[in-house]
Amino acid sequence: MPSLGATYGRGAATLPQWDVANADAILIMGSNMAESHPIAYRFVLQAKQKGATVMHADPRFTRTSAMADLYAPVRAGSDIAFLGGIIRHILENDLWFREYALHYTNLATIIDERFRGADELDGVFSGWDEEGRRYVYDSWQYEGMTVPSSLAEHHVNTTESFNDETKRLSHAPVPQDLTLEHPNCVYRIMRRHYARYTPEMVERVTGCPADVFLKVCEALTRNSGRERTATICYAVGWTHHSTGVQIIRAAAIIQALLGNVGRPGGGILALRGHTSIQGSTDIPTLYNMLPGYLPMPHAYKPHDTLKDYLEIEETPTGWWSNFPKYAVSLFRAWYGDAATPGNDWGYDWLPRIVGDHSQLPLTLAVRDGIIKGLFVMGQNPVVGSSNAGMVRRGLANLEWMVVRDFTETETAAFWHHGDARPQDIATEVFLMPCTFAGEKAGSFTNTHRLVQWHDAVVEGPGDSRSELWFMHHLALRVKALYAGSTDPKDAPVRHLTWDYPVRGPKQEPDAEAVLKEINGYTWASDPAERRQIADFKDLKDDGSTACGCWIYCGAFPADDHNKTRDRTPDGPDGPGTHLNWAFAWPSNRRTLNNRASADPDGKPWSERKRLLWWDAEQERWTGHDEPDFPEEKPPHFEPDWDSKPTGMDAITGNDPFIMIADGKASLFVPSGLKDGPLPTHYEPLESPVPNPLYKQQGNPTAKRWEHDDNELHPIGDPAHPYVLTTYRLTEHHSGGAPTRSVPTTAELQPEGFAEIPPELAAELGITTLDWVVLETARGAIETRALVTERLRPFVIDGRRVHQIGMPWHYGWHGYATGDIANVLTACVGDPNTSMHENKALTCALRKGRLAR
Amino acid sequence: MTALIPDESALTAGTTVRPGRRYGFFTDTTLCIGCKACEVACKEWNALPADIPGLTGMSYDNTVDLSADTWRHVLFVEKIAPQAGGERVTTMPPFQSNWLMMSDVCKHCSPAPCLEACPTGSLFRTEFDTVVVQQDICNGCGYCVPACPFGVVDLNLSDGKAHKCTLCYDRLKGGLEPACAKSCPTDSIQFGEIDDLTERARGRVEELRGLGRDDAYLYGAPGTPGATGGIERLNAFFLLTDRPEVYNLPEHPTRPAERFAPGMAAGLAAVAGLTLAAALLFGRNGGGDGGRP
Amino acid sequence: MTRRTIADRARGFLREWSIPRQIAGQSHRDEAARSSLSRDLRPRLEEADTVGTGICPYCAVGCAQRLYARDGRLIHVEGDPRSPINQGTLCPKGAATFGLLTSPQRLQHVLYRAPHADRWEVKPLDWAMDRIAALVKRTRDETFVRELPDGTRVNHTLGLASLGGATLDNEENYLIKKFFSGGLGMVWIENQARV
Repeated sequence: MPSLGATYGRGAATLPQWDVANADAILIMGSNMAESHPIAYRFVLQAKQKGATVMHADPRFTRTSAMADLYAPVRAGSDIAFLGGIIRHILENDLWFREYALHYTNLATIIDERFRGADELDGVFSGWDEEGRRYVYDSWQYEGMTVPSSLAEHHVNTTESFNDETKRLSHAPVPQDLTLEHPNCVYRIMRRHYARYTPEMVERVTGCPADVFLKVCEALTRNSGRERTATICYAVGWTHHSTGVQIIRAAAIIQALLGNVGRPGGGILALRGHTSIQGSTDIPTLYNMLPGYLPMPHAYKPHDTLKDYLEIEETPTGWWSNFPKYAVSLFRAWYGDAATPGNDWGYDWLPRIVGDHSQLPLTLAVRDGIIKGLFVMGQNPVVGSSNAGMVRRGLANLEWMVVRDFTETETAAFWHHGDARPQDIATEVFLMPCTFAGEKAGSFTNTHRLVQWHDAVVEGPGDSRSELWFMHHLALRVKALYAGSTDPKDAPVRHLTWDYPVRGPKQEPDAEAVLKEINGYTWASDPAERRQIADFKDLKDDGSTACGCWIYCGAFPADDHNKTRDRTPDGPDGPGTHLNWAFAWPSNRRTLNNRASADPDGKPWSERKRLLWWDAEQERWTGHDEPDFPEEKPPHFEPDWDSKPTGMDAITGNDPFIMIADGKASLFVPSGLKDGPLPTHYEPLESPVPNPLYKQQGNPTAKRWEHDDNELHPIGDPAHPYVLTTYRLTEHHSGGAPTRSVPTTAELQPEGFAEIPPELAAELGITTLDWVVLETARGAIETRALVTERLRPFVIDGRRVHQIGMPWHYGWHGYATGDIANVLTACVGDPNTSMHENKALTCALRKGRLAR
Repeated sequence: MTALIPDESALTAGTTVRPGRRYGFFTDTTLCIGCKACEVACKEWNALPADIPGLTGMSYDNTVDLSADTWRHVLFVEKIAPQAGGERVTTMPPFQSNWLMMSDVCKHCSPAPCLEACPTGSLFRTEFDTVVVQQDICNGCGYCVPACPFGVVDLNLSDGKAHKCTLCYDRLKGGLEPACAKSCPTDSIQFGEIDDLTERARGRVEELRGLGRDDAYLYGAPGTPGATGGIERLNAFFLLTDRPEVYNLPEHPTRPAERFAPGMAAGLAAVAGLTLAAALLFGRNGGGDGGRP
Repeated sequence: MTRRTIADRARGFLREWSIPRQIAGQSHRDEAARSSLSRDLRPRLEEADTVGTGICPYCAVGCAQRLYARDGRLIHVEGDPRSPINQGTLCPKGAATFGLLTSPQRLQHVLYRAPHADRWEVKPLDWAMDRIAALVKRTRDETFVRELPDGTRVNHTLGLASLGGATLDNEENYLIKKFFSGGLGMVWIENQARV
């Protein structure tokens, strides 16, 4: 989640879910929370029963809307116009939380005089390289200093020497004008940038009536300030866009302006969709990161040697100055005794990435035969991946594929279903039964960074095995095959540490031993000599510590203490941070940036919203949560700039955003985001209308992956006039394999359907339960119609636009079936995350069935 | 050894379960998000089969009705444009509105028409004041089916017997909250002692009215709609915001009097002959037929 | 074990039969009507010999569960009332966790589809593991690149890829990343975070 990372310093939900119950207003947008996260919605209702105002902005009236005080209908893909309108409303009406935003954000910071905004350049920012389709970031920097990104990739391309430039952060405080008069301070830039996002413009772009929009603004601002806080909840309704990162950025700006971050009942709750999707981002099965948000070495970045890599990725000021400790400790954990200072701790054994190796280009590389062998573990891309028809056909170009799942998913069955001709498909396919939590032990990290252990209670059936078992025994086999090799390419396989103890007749690896390595220990060749490390402050860059993921340090703090298995909640008398229920990264902190819950003097903003405060007697931060701040740094600490301070020494006592180089929330992001320092409305790549706000139609940096098998519709395409949005239902999960295979969930939504507004249905002669055909340039599917007033036509820039919706859970396997919605979607993506745009595309619709 | 948390219902429902007290459900529709966790929790606990009849087109309702295999059923009523052809809503009164959802269940009436109609003693009133079909006694005569004014009791075609919600009789005996209420994410389904629930429910109506929800009312609590026609109260009662018919509930449920009184007259002579055995086996015990007072 | 006498059986019958009890004064609508099934009924959770702490496998809310088992077989899965997140509750998917773990559609054995074959065949687990290990080595050896033509060090293979992780344990993700990336030099490693 680069948006929250770039703005607040860490890409994760800022507050625990239960804290939503303390909110005075809740805006749910880009999320159908009641349906997709019903148990999290429990806290919304608890807040509501205490008087909170609940608002839902969404293209569809859903089960979430039915419980809201305000439902704001917005066209799919118009979110930045809506949120930009809120930012304008806050700034123009002077409704921002002055003491908070002035001190805790970069609102007063002065930006390079060469900067030109999208307001001046009709939708692009200064630094746009039309030929390269990318930005050069120099003009977005703070006046006189280059700010490294707080994201995994700290390094950004500038025309000057990056290292020399960033070192200036240690020379002086960032340039600020606290009077906000300077024409290039962030405040002035933002006012100019958002001036055109008026309520009338919001209505033109989003279709939401201006008066409804203003009610949302009013409720949000009225419930923010010293005494009150508001929470914003979002999910993939925001991320699944070619502008997804900037949508969330806009929300992050709103919350920082209103002073709602790091405080009880305030913040941004990212509602993620899989049980350990946060964990698999922290300990990334992702191409571009190493565990703990360290960047993967890149062939085309200055990452040639370990020295280069550490120097370029270390941020001189702020917490990320500890980067080398985390990197070296990781290499020690992976390569053990083979990692020495002489070989850069094995740095050179790591593979280099050469471009975007994320899911969408991965599926295209499978399609084009670049990838020969594919593992699929607990995922169902033939249902869940964009342009699913292309994905299914592409699998036939693999030499072999291993699918590990509990049932025959559509992915595993690609070679024998529908129009597939098995005799023509050479792919060797292994379908291996997996086990579930309950049959294997391990930890999941939930949507608010809470790492929770689950026990093995029973054995899985037959030959089912955990992925831990599979990876362990596969690694042992492959290492054995390479054992005698002297080829340098095989050195990493041979040197990789792999000494996990196994148990029982099935030889199941001990998951706690793996978690101990993730947590980190003092290094010793003999496992018996290793000592668990309780805090990442104790990690070193000299090879004396090994740590698989620095932010998980503290999850297994002592040899006999698996903190993720702690199960003691707070009682009814509070304080309600539940510090003894499992472990939250980092360092068991439940609310991120919680230094911001106190004013610049270290006092709570109000009694009602106490969380952390400076105890002058004890000379330390204290309160109900673990401080997300140096415990003994007083609120009035000022760096000694003459000494050219680095690291946390350059962060003042009232800079709560310690992961950012200047300690302040980045309303304006100078580095790290590929599509601009401020969120700007662009139309989805497939849109029925021209962009009403700028000449620039779509996100200029969006990823398109042009391919014969991946065509897009032109703007306003009369052949594909309707907006289509895809979504989840509460009764099913994701690619659907688990819920479609269980009778009690399958019967609740037993068949695929498309939701169609009555006005459009009448035009096309469609009634509920009719078969209808949906078609895009990528493919066509048939499904049943559900005509409902929950969808409504929009008037966008004077034109009536119809929008239809379709759940994407269905496939042909299981008790609940239906055509695959993702056959319609395209491989296009956000430039920062490569996240697809399945929430807003265009399509054709007719009554009838497909000829099959 | 018991693996249970002792009196788990104290943690999940704020009440302990003891024989001799009256228990039931208060279903507050204004808190229902239509997630159907209750339907699933019920079927998983009671090992009820899924029907999977296919898409009904009735909003998000695909289980259609309470039946022998479905003891909790969530109903959906869309009224996003409150008047036909009217504007779709944007500003709404607090709590559930404009898309009504209600988790329906056996009402465990007091007195219970189904029980009164049962000639075998299969349907009986438990020590928790709930109404249960005893599967080891039921002979599938089906008298209870038309007797129920709510259409709850249903014969299962496979075993020919009557089936319905037991208010998780087995769970209550172990101090556990019924499965549906325990699972309910938003506490729309609340389990507890009837008097506590009634008081809580009346308070909730007052609270909602204070927030401008003049449409909130109780259905099935003593003296409210639903508790009519000889039925004193429903042990599973509801808070509604629209007319009962909108929720597929009868406006004036009635108890079909003594139509199905146990046909024991013919057997009286035989009964007399057993009096001695009865006296030997059992001591005297009190009892009533309309639930405990 | 002693044989039941006719008299015992008669006594049992009389005890089960409601009418004598009604005559004895019990109401025919409650106590007198109670059957032996009703009298002996207990929640089956009480039969569990093992209870474990679990986390729901569906979305990322992180609801805690309790898993009850007897003799190595799962009895039931319910919400953990102690959890500050779900406080005993579960959504429809989480409430069906028992149904998921015991689904009749679960695979028991490794299925293998040979090139051009039109059917699955059941294979031993060990055979599959050996075969996969050999394929991994073959594909890696065929596709590994130490340096690009311009001399840039890459140390990677573009011929192997892995999808999935968001539904798996942290420990499993760690071993996937460690072995596939740090060992084999794979760069196509992705999970559902972008889906």
